[in-house]
Amino acid sequence: MIIAERKPLEEIAAMAAPFKKVCVVGCNTCVAVCMAGGQKEAEETAALLRIHRKKANVEGEVEVFSIERQCEYEMIDEYLEKLKSYDLIVSLACGVGVQTVVDHVPSLRVVPGLNTTSMGYPTEQGVWKENCLGCGDCVLHLTMGICPITRCCKSILNGPCGGSAEGKCELGKDVDCAWQLIHDRLAAFGRVGELAEIQPPKDWSTSHHGGARTTVREDVRIDRGE
Amino acid sequence: MIAGSKLERAINSGEFVVTGELGPPKGADIEEMKHHAEGMRNHVEAYNITDNQTAIVRTSSIACGKTLVDMDLEPIIQIVVRDRNRICIQSDVLGAHAMGIKNILCLAGDHQSFGNEPGSKGVYDIDSMQLIKGLKDMRDEKKFMGGDDVEGDFSCFLGAVENPFADPFEYRVDRLEKKIEAGASFIQTQCIFDLERFERWMELVRERGLHKRCAILGGVTPMKSLGAARYMKNNVSGITIPDALVDRLKGAEKKKEEGLKIAIETIERLKEIEGVSGVHIMAIAWEEVVPEIVERAGLYPRPKF
Repeated sequence: MIIAERKPLEEIAAMAAPFKKVCVVGCNTCVAVCMAGGQKEAEETAALLRIHRKKANVEGEVEVFSIERQCEYEMIDEYLEKLKSYDLIVSLACGVGVQTVVDHVPSLRVVPGLNTTSMGYPTEQGVWKENCLGCGDCVLHLTMGICPITRCCKSILNGPCGGSAEGKCELGKDVDCAWQLIHDRLAAFGRVGELAEIQPPKDWSTSHHGGARTTVREDVRIDRGE
Repeated sequence: MIAGSKLERAINSGEFVVTGELGPPKGADIEEMKHHAEGMRNHVEAYNITDNQTAIVRTSSIACGKTLVDMDLEPIIQIVVRDRNRICIQSDVLGAHAMGIKNILCLAGDHQSFGNEPGSKGVYDIDSMQLIKGLKDMRDEKKFMGGDDVEGDFSCFLGAVENPFADPFEYRVDRLEKKIEAGASFIQTQCIFDLERFERWMELVRERGLHKRCAILGGVTPMKSLGAARYMKNNVSGITIPDALVDRLKGAEKKKEEGLKIAIETIERLKEIEGVSGVHIMAIAWEEVVPEIVERAGLYPRPKF
């Protein structure tokens, strides 16, 4: 899922300061699960913002509600009139949600209340790890289900590099060396010999380096007007 | 002969080879580097020119390589994959070739977070293995990485690094073999302080005959002080220094002399290890001591190559 964390309150307050009618809008999917931008966090953020504005003598109101998924036009539509009644929307969606709202309702002023960090998973309460960069050309079949593009800080395809020590990355003792993990899993399955093959340079054109990607699936598109 | 460099001739001669290392200036004054280069003129066959080592901005390795060429000295330019994509790297090595630079050492480079521009974007378009293979193919197949033809005769003597002290240990020889397969003609190792581990690694290297397929130059760094030893032990990626060695330095009255002795003893041991073709002396920030090390290690005068 998409992982995010709330921006510092000071930053949100500064963005909202010029506006009277402000609404904090949560998003009840990924960012609710990672406890950053669901209804509960939206209510907390709105309450904190009200206190902050009161102390700073900023006039106006701060309201709050949530959309099930801010990244879908249909779900935004359910709240269209309500959204349009505010001077500013503080979206607690990920960057995808913020932009979908802007794209769908261009008349709105929308600012992000979260910093979107990654696609990842929780390893324990309060800890999320990134494990996919969405490079558009998955290599997990070669690397025993461990992504070197994401989890190796140099995204190398022929690892481990000379900075790997005692299972840790040169970045520090709190970062596992992805290639040590790959090596160990290959060894456990009797496939370590596969590391001898020189993996060619990656085609990054399928990744973000090819520009923002549009995925088109003709098989599921709906022909309109025919 | 592949590229006809002095380093290549020295390696082919079977003599014990000595290479040195120069760090380009962190600024616009190149005179100090030239001075250090001059000081080792008769003691090393060639000089590594580091490429923004430890991710700190310095004068370009290729520009410094050209400076050495102009001094009638032999550079080994380092190329890291951290700062340049495949377009830039291929363009730069052609530029280096045009300026008479014949030796290229391929490596990944320390992560940008270690340096003085920690907010920079790491490139890592290709990895060090792909770099070696890509440059070999430019030379031998006359093909760019993308498949287009390389016009003219591009040549280079290709080297790589290997770290016998990194993990997993058993993979380190596989990785050496992979780098040889990719196109490395010579290998410089990470600084050797743990000779026992290095010798175990060399045993595995000899078992597979890899020392006959590429020249292995052992990395040696003299420790200038206890602080320097501790810094390297704790802060430099990929370096391990046994506690016993740190204690030896700690117990010594004259730290610098002890550091030199350790380096010289290391070279003496390396000379005796079958399959080690030479030594690569990395005395960054202590360059002036290299002639003394070479002389006291019995490697002077250098043969003419």
